[in-house]
Amino acid sequence: MEFGFTTAVYVVAAVLFILSLGGLSGQESAKRAIWYGITGMGLAVVATLIGPGSGLWLLSLVLIAAGGIIGYYVAQRVQMTEMPQLVAAMHSLVGLAAVFVGFNAYIELGNVLAMSEEERHALEGFAAILAHKSPVEQSILKVEVFLGVFIGAVTFTGSVVAFGKLAGKVTSKAEKLPGGHMLNAGAAALSVLLLILFVNDAGIWTLILMTLLAFFIGYHLIMGIGGADMPVVVSMLNSYSGWAAAAIGFSLGNDLLIVVGALVGSSGAILSYIMCKAMNRSFISVILGGFGNTTGPAMEVEGEQIAIDSDGVVAALEDADSVIIVPGYGMAVAQAQQSVSELTKRLRGKGKEVRFAIHPVAGRLPGHMNVLLAEAKVPYDIVLEMDEINEDFPSTDVVIVIGSNDIVNPAAQEDPNSPIAGMPVLEVWKAKQVFVSKRGQGTGYSGIENPLFYKENTRMFYGDAKASLDKLLTQIG
Amino acid sequence: MPEALKIGTPKETFPGENRVAMTPDSARQLQKLGYSCLVQSGAGTAAGFSDQAYEEAGVEIVKTAASLWKKADIVTKVRPPDDKELGYLAKGKTLISFFNPGGNADGLDKAKASGANVIAMEMVPRISRAQKMDALSSMANIAGYRAVIEAGNNFGRFFTGQITAAGKVPPAKVLVVGAGVAGLAAIGTSTSLGAITYAFDVRPEVAEQVESMGAEFVYLDFQEEQQDGAATGGYASVSSPEFREAQLAKFRELAPEMDIVITTALIPNRDAPKLWLEDMVKAMKPGSVIIDLAAERGGNVEGTVQDEKVVTENGVTIVGYTDFPSRMASQASTLYATNIRHMMTDLTPAKDGQVNHNMEDDVIRGATVTYEGEITFPPPPPKVQAIAAKSKEKPKELTPEERREKEAAAFKAQTKQQVSLLAIGGLAMLLVGLVAPASFMQHFIVFVLSVFVGFQVIWNVSHSLHTPLMAVTNAISSIIILGALMQIGSGSLLVILLAGVSVFMAGINIFGGFLVTRRMLAMFQKS
Repeated sequence: MEFGFTTAVYVVAAVLFILSLGGLSGQESAKRAIWYGITGMGLAVVATLIGPGSGLWLLSLVLIAAGGIIGYYVAQRVQMTEMPQLVAAMHSLVGLAAVFVGFNAYIELGNVLAMSEEERHALEGFAAILAHKSPVEQSILKVEVFLGVFIGAVTFTGSVVAFGKLAGKVTSKAEKLPGGHMLNAGAAALSVLLLILFVNDAGIWTLILMTLLAFFIGYHLIMGIGGADMPVVVSMLNSYSGWAAAAIGFSLGNDLLIVVGALVGSSGAILSYIMCKAMNRSFISVILGGFGNTTGPAMEVEGEQIAIDSDGVVAALEDADSVIIVPGYGMAVAQAQQSVSELTKRLRGKGKEVRFAIHPVAGRLPGHMNVLLAEAKVPYDIVLEMDEINEDFPSTDVVIVIGSNDIVNPAAQEDPNSPIAGMPVLEVWKAKQVFVSKRGQGTGYSGIENPLFYKENTRMFYGDAKASLDKLLTQIG
Repeated sequence: MPEALKIGTPKETFPGENRVAMTPDSARQLQKLGYSCLVQSGAGTAAGFSDQAYEEAGVEIVKTAASLWKKADIVTKVRPPDDKELGYLAKGKTLISFFNPGGNADGLDKAKASGANVIAMEMVPRISRAQKMDALSSMANIAGYRAVIEAGNNFGRFFTGQITAAGKVPPAKVLVVGAGVAGLAAIGTSTSLGAITYAFDVRPEVAEQVESMGAEFVYLDFQEEQQDGAATGGYASVSSPEFREAQLAKFRELAPEMDIVITTALIPNRDAPKLWLEDMVKAMKPGSVIIDLAAERGGNVEGTVQDEKVVTENGVTIVGYTDFPSRMASQASTLYATNIRHMMTDLTPAKDGQVNHNMEDDVIRGATVTYEGEITFPPPPPKVQAIAAKSKEKPKELTPEERREKEAAAFKAQTKQQVSLLAIGGLAMLLVGLVAPASFMQHFIVFVLSVFVGFQVIWNVSHSLHTPLMAVTNAISSIIILGALMQIGSGSLLVILLAGVSVFMAGINIFGGFLVTRRMLAMFQKS
């Protein structure tokens, strides 16, 4: 098949990919957009298989099918609460694939260069592209390969660690080896040195050593970031997997790889930016882990946490006209979304206005809460973003906070010395009454006291979120 | 446990006083606090509560006042005690009643000498926590309502304007001076009867309340005086002579138009200010009515006679009654008894029928005028301010021009930012183009454009779809499979192996990513 045909198909595929991302601007159009993506991917794979340079297409098909079966199985079985882990695990696959493809490109380059002039002319496909490269282009190719492998390797170990943290297999606390970020910086500096050696034909060992260093950086960097910063980490890794694909696309001279890599890379970058802004922290400070130093003593919290039993909550809910529910990671942990949905349905059945307020960093993945609520069949048009609903709290009768802490902390606005000062938060305390469903009297991820729990209109509804809600459900007919 | 204390209510001795400080309902509540209740026979008759009703509520009926005062540990009353009643006071007894401590030095001394604790209901501080026992407010509310009814009784026309078959009736014009509790009640009653209502107060911050009741606030053209009601516990204070002149001039201007004037201006512990002078009364139309709610303190109106109704030469009726609450004895008794009951609730935190006279409590301390042989009047100023201090200045409303200017400036800044970004980006591209070979530039352009498209597209993605976005970008980043597919045909076994593994992994990702996205998107449902 002609090269021109493949290129034409790539253009179509690129357009389809852009449409499939653009379609995610609304719930309904997204359902159509996903098919654009699938079609684009199918076209690209078929065009490559029948295009120039590919061989062993039967083996390729078998491998794709085998991978596809596993992918299908995983996609059907995964719980929505496990989405963050799944996304992280899939990033690691892309990262590792990028590493392998990068290595291959280098090995092929070596093979081609070793060939005689006549043999080169007989080559086709990828090898043929390599064969026609000038020495300058070969150097550029090496830089591209090096970058692709580096980013891919960081993505791989980083995603594996993120997966471990999200799945609870690795401690979600921020942990660093002695030496902290100096280790990362050292490894990065060493990698730059290796890059120079590599471009000057020092041999494959530089590439292998750099890969090991990058593996270490990925591991150590993500180990040093705590659980609640995971939304940023996962979107950052998402971005990296895109950049890795783009770098590999450069080295292979494949425009579709570049286009898609750039799309994914910028998408992840924007998500990271949105997450960071929602926490009022710079990207650097999230990556370096931990909260910034405070400029003074934290404001004294006055009052006491007043507990309430389910009777009290039920009575308040019966009287309320408007209710806002603020879910957080605690809801996902307790698997309480079904109970929340049932509660919502019953309250709505009584003619009460029930809505959900979602903070951008609620949960462990951007948009995590939306997916959980959607799974539990909460209609998406009552699930609102922070900016959409923040003004409505003063006119709300009851707010139920389920398993969230820092995102409803008034200290962010009231205490300039607080570590989270300036972070946009849901202003739940302005509602007439607030119930906080919480396991016990602990602080949140950031380890700071939450004055909300001490406010006059706040009542603490202690206990496991699911058990507490189920208790409410037995009392609300 | 000590024996439950007894709360007793005697019949009011003041002539014409119909109210009673305990109702069968309040007695039931008091018994829940652990007290037992006594009432003098016939105490509630004038207010419509028979002895039988009390008995049904579990109240013991006592024949005479003397035996009631003797038996009861706590006596609740409406009017300040007279000399005879003061004589009944003794150590260990508590009296809860209006007491007029500011003008009743004699009574205070006697109470002090007896060693009894006296709680004066008019001294309950005006803070939100104490509103439920603020008897002045509950009585003033009744007075305000009754004032309008009384005015209507003496006014020969309709309140509301009507167009009837027999001709057009103009609506009555009512002016309420002093927008305290009584004033606001009068405004509410008057507007709901259909009269055109005006109101005046020296505290400009009440204008909002006045307008919320449906009346028009009468503003003065006067700059200097800006009384802050919050500083004086929510009450009015004395105004400057200049302010008074401006005020009187305004009233003079209004007088000929007004059909009904209701004055409620009182300053705590002082004689009522004279606000409606003789010439204003003269300027009014015949048949007009003036109700002077301040008559007890000398009246706001020149010509008011306390407790009487007088008609002036030009046919204006001036009502100087002081017993408006008593004229609605049943309602007034219910409210007053409830105030007392709330006071008892605060005095009985343990609900055990024992008084805990906590002088640390702002409300109880404020209302107590004699305590264990000491005069505790006047109380220290309340710690909590009655009304929140004036809210900070609102952010200035922008005029349309200013807003347009601001928008233009923002637009300019944005343009500047975009242009400079483009310039920097373009320059960087040029620099790369100078050194890089053409084959690289070709791909590089594609890359830059894709990043640009990516940014444009992703900003529009709805926040709620961020997880599907990540899953789908994950799936399409498996495009790396193309690289592996191109390499798998290589002759080298190592390359084939690595490429094969890559194809396999990308395969997992493609199917897993797209399918899980589809599953998620299918879950999003509209209500």
